[in-house]
Amino acid sequence: MSPQIGVLALQGAVAEHVRALTASGAEVRTVRRPAELDGLRGLVVPGGESTAIARLAAPVQMMEHIHRAHQDGLALFGTCAGLILMAREVSDPAALAGFPRIGGLDVVARRNGYGSQLDSFTEQLDVTGLDEPLEAVFIRAPVIEEVGDGVEVLAESRGLSVAVREGRVLATSFHPELTPDHRLHQLFVDMVGAV
Amino acid sequence: MSTENTESPVSAEQGATTVNTGLAHMLKGGVIMDVVTPEQAKIAEEAGAVAVMALERVPADIRATGGVARMSDPDLISGIIETVSIPVMAKARIGHFVEAQVLEHLKVDYIDESEVLSPADYVHHIDKSKFSVPFVCGATNLGEALRRITEGASMIRSKGEAGTGDVSEAMKHIRTITAEIAELSSKAEDELYVAAKDLQAPYDLVKQVARDGRLPVVMFVAGGVATPADAAMMMQMGADGVFVGSGIFKSGNPAARAAAIVKATTYYDDPAVIAEVSKGLGEAMVGLNVADVPAPHRLAERGW
Repeated sequence: MSPQIGVLALQGAVAEHVRALTASGAEVRTVRRPAELDGLRGLVVPGGESTAIARLAAPVQMMEHIHRAHQDGLALFGTCAGLILMAREVSDPAALAGFPRIGGLDVVARRNGYGSQLDSFTEQLDVTGLDEPLEAVFIRAPVIEEVGDGVEVLAESRGLSVAVREGRVLATSFHPELTPDHRLHQLFVDMVGAV
Repeated sequence: MSTENTESPVSAEQGATTVNTGLAHMLKGGVIMDVVTPEQAKIAEEAGAVAVMALERVPADIRATGGVARMSDPDLISGIIETVSIPVMAKARIGHFVEAQVLEHLKVDYIDESEVLSPADYVHHIDKSKFSVPFVCGATNLGEALRRITEGASMIRSKGEAGTGDVSEAMKHIRTITAEIAELSSKAEDELYVAAKDLQAPYDLVKQVARDGRLPVVMFVAGGVATPADAAMMMQMGADGVFVGSGIFKSGNPAARAAAIVKATTYYDDPAVIAEVSKGLGEAMVGLNVADVPAPHRLAERGW
């Protein structure tokens, strides 16, 4: 049976994740309300603006609900803004101050760590577990500044960790949903199936 | 199937296209707000805006003041960039490639080649392919959108009629673009050559839109959106997101209205949420019926 995977759809690149997950054999639905988490085995938190997503999540305690569902077994995949919302700590917290995040990933992240849009870039990345390099699209990407002991680094770029896994959490500072190569989504679908 | 397109590295030019159209994807489902001061930019960010448009005067004031409207003071733009953590956009005049060069130098995240400012060239738009920074451009119909994409625009916004608070033109333009795409998709392949001629757009791009049933870039709606219900209606019409210009900071309670429009854009198909957020927002911008705007003062007609 295909695993049921949700995509948090408060704001951001939702459709691209839905497409990539569907192509990887998952049964996919979008999630905007806590009750819509019921029955899911995995959840993608997409790229977008983390400030906007956190503010939309707050009135319905969406981040707290995802956190609890994760503790009960929900696997998580965060890209870009999603990674920021899962990080143990955000080192430039001003714009996110006072807003709950999901947590679950023992890293310290800094928003827009590479600079403005002019510093956005693409790169061919070697990723642990993938035979061929993966085209990674970094857009106003966060920088992972610190990685905890229990976190496996799956890929590095320019001396920084850019893809990480810790238990049931997968996260990238780039956007695998923007390319037609769905191998990371397949990895997540397989992770969800194995939980 | 899942390993296609991994054989050769992308060229730098393709890479720039991917990150620039990609940033627009990250803004989807969101609201981009016009701001004229760093304080307003902060209010917009606090309300959940996905980006701000930095300018000296909102369209309603440009309309009221008259005269030539130009790119904003670099000090103002830099001040806003320093104040917020979300992307900052700024406007250049249609065809004014030096204003665009200045904005790129200031490291704005997106340039809006905008009909809201006075055009600098009544024949040509900026050759946007020459820039590393992405551009968003206005369009009233499919041909105009495809010409802008050909010139290098990474994002399209339907124009509406800026500075009016009257959503009817925004509705007209998104309906027009959506209908023209549907019509294109229904055509036989051998009819697309003439379709390209009629749209005054390149054949390959026309063929791509006919095949995909959508533009190859993200499309927001702009021009006249003033209430949560306006924003939700544009989302139900198929917009990827909304620009709100004068509608927020020309209203009675900008912070509350901004947050309400953000929520209505996310829950655009839920009347209960739209009703809830629409309560007690105070006065909307006074507004101006588009029908009362004499033709020479209609901004949407600027663009070629």
